[in-house]
Amino acid sequence: MSILINKETKVLCQGFTGKQGTFHSQQALDYGTRLVGGVTPERGGEIHLGLPVFNTVEEAVRSTGADASVIYVPPFYAADAILEAVDAGIKIIVCITEGIPILQMLRVKAAMAGTGALLIGPNCPGVITPGECKIGIMPGNIHLPGSIGIVSRSGTLTYESVHQTTNQGLGQSTCVGIGGDPIHGMNFVDVLSRFQADDQTKGIVMVGEIGGGEEEEAADYIKAHVTKPVVAYIAGQTAPPGKRMGHAGAIVTGGKGTAEGKVAALKAAGIEVVNSPTDIGLAMKGCL
Amino acid sequence: MNIHEYQAKQLFRNYGIPVPDGQQAITPESAGQIARELDGDGWVVKAQVHAGGRGKAGGVKLAKSLAEVAEFGRQMLGTRLVTNQTGAEGLAVNTLLIEKIYPIKREFYLSLLVDRGSERIIFIASAAGGMDIETVAKESPEQIISVQVSPAAGLQAYQCRKIAYALTLKGQQIKALEKIMQGMYQLFLAKDASQIEINPLVETQAGDLFALDAKINFDDNAVAVHPDILAMKDAGQEDEKENKAQQFGLNYITLEGNIGCMVNGAGLAMATMDLVKLKGGMPANFLDVGGGTSIEKVSEAFKLILSDHSVKAVLVNIFGGIVKCDIIAEGILAAVQEVHVNVPVVVRLEGTNAEQGRALLSNSGFNLFAADDLAHAAEQVVALAEEAA
Repeated sequence: MSILINKETKVLCQGFTGKQGTFHSQQALDYGTRLVGGVTPERGGEIHLGLPVFNTVEEAVRSTGADASVIYVPPFYAADAILEAVDAGIKIIVCITEGIPILQMLRVKAAMAGTGALLIGPNCPGVITPGECKIGIMPGNIHLPGSIGIVSRSGTLTYESVHQTTNQGLGQSTCVGIGGDPIHGMNFVDVLSRFQADDQTKGIVMVGEIGGGEEEEAADYIKAHVTKPVVAYIAGQTAPPGKRMGHAGAIVTGGKGTAEGKVAALKAAGIEVVNSPTDIGLAMKGCL
Repeated sequence: MNIHEYQAKQLFRNYGIPVPDGQQAITPESAGQIARELDGDGWVVKAQVHAGGRGKAGGVKLAKSLAEVAEFGRQMLGTRLVTNQTGAEGLAVNTLLIEKIYPIKREFYLSLLVDRGSERIIFIASAAGGMDIETVAKESPEQIISVQVSPAAGLQAYQCRKIAYALTLKGQQIKALEKIMQGMYQLFLAKDASQIEINPLVETQAGDLFALDAKINFDDNAVAVHPDILAMKDAGQEDEKENKAQQFGLNYITLEGNIGCMVNGAGLAMATMDLVKLKGGMPANFLDVGGGTSIEKVSEAFKLILSDHSVKAVLVNIFGGIVKCDIIAEGILAAVQEVHVNVPVVVRLEGTNAEQGRALLSNSGFNLFAADDLAHAAEQVVALAEEAA
């Protein structure tokens, strides 16, 4: 088993006919993802990459039975795209878009409450279950079906963790990039609880970074509920306070959200925290 | 994005938030003239820079005569103000705000921001105004009051009353505070602010409430749809290299060390800086070149890094995802050639076609070192920087 998605998952692409949507949809098809169609308003009825294009998500769901959607639309249209997917009954919504205004995400999250839909991202690489289903912009070929669950706020650090666990021969059960924005969908705890419940997952890699308090919440959760080994890494130990380090959410304000604080919280919960991002794979192997 | 206090106060006026009578000046003469027009028997002369801690640094002066206003203007304009928030170089003082002085009875703190934990816009208030709110939060957290605003319902009158009573305001002041809070909330939504801070909010001897100081930050992701806010940008108050980086879609932040870093992805860029430090070096910058890594972007990134003359060596760390490493290597070579890179560059390439990429770099004849793993790359660049220093 994997978490969230598998080879049965039927995926739609919103922003299907755009440059990003086209490129990454082709990559997903090559990987074997069960992409069933896409949505671009005013392009309904066309065929793109051999798949049907729809005007609305509702129509696409009715016609294809899609249960997941990936969003590649520009930042000022992304909130609308997420809510359209929620409204159409999509259960797994992956938003890759970077640069969505925070007030729009605030309203999206409030509107999603109680709908049962899960949002991954925005500003994230997406989610992959190696060998079965790839939804997002991650390079498929570095992955290996296996036993490690990876959850991360950073795209390229997810790839690092994948690369290292592949080199150690461990492979991955599912990798979830939860995104670098301050307000986003699934958080560490949402993903950790699913890894804990998943039989295929034998160990967990958690990659955090400065800003916010989700790593601290994860530390409390792991201490109370996670029995599988967890290796953590926190990026941004040398980041100056008050500066946004690339990700909108990666900022230390008022002495809160520091790497030291996060590392201390994780260590206090008995979690193995590596100092160097190059030690993630080896440390994970050592825990199993 | 940040704006100046005088600009923030102009926005406050537009949203019905009372501010002291005053106006900005760019010459000592106009400063004196403004004070004369404001009337009264005392004025405050405030240096307009994008940093706090101005008072202690001599950037806020009380003048008792018109001559003194002009004199303070002469002293401040054209200088650089160094506060505990600016760094050693300080910030250029090109504008002053001249305001009338009011007899003050009490000082409060009032701010509005997006709280990540609750995913709500929240007001934070305290009766301990004028102080650094982080110090108050640490030393006497019971003095901090906050209210969360529902995105659907908006700010309610009872929430304003809750803060008013906690600040022991009375009578007409309660309505006045509600008007201030509603104005802040409307301004926040209309202009996509990320923080509005009034510190201090003052009660005058006459019982009126005023925003004595004003600070507004805006969401960088939204500012493109607010041309009026963008027009308030004062690029001279920001780091020159950081401004330049923005034009090319690069995320760049100047740091104090001597090892330039060029990385794809924000998380990996932070991790690379941490690793340089762990191996005994100091990063000169944070730089995320983003996903695409085009030749143009890499060239501009090299130019930025090398415009910092303390840089003794450069570490390029690229995890080639969908873009293949040999293509990235060609991009790096073209950029190195174009920019005439004169310091050693260690390149760590990982991902698809990494070996071909490394071979291209090693055989180029440039001062390039192709590392086979990230830990070695960091060690190597630290050693090269030490040799050159």
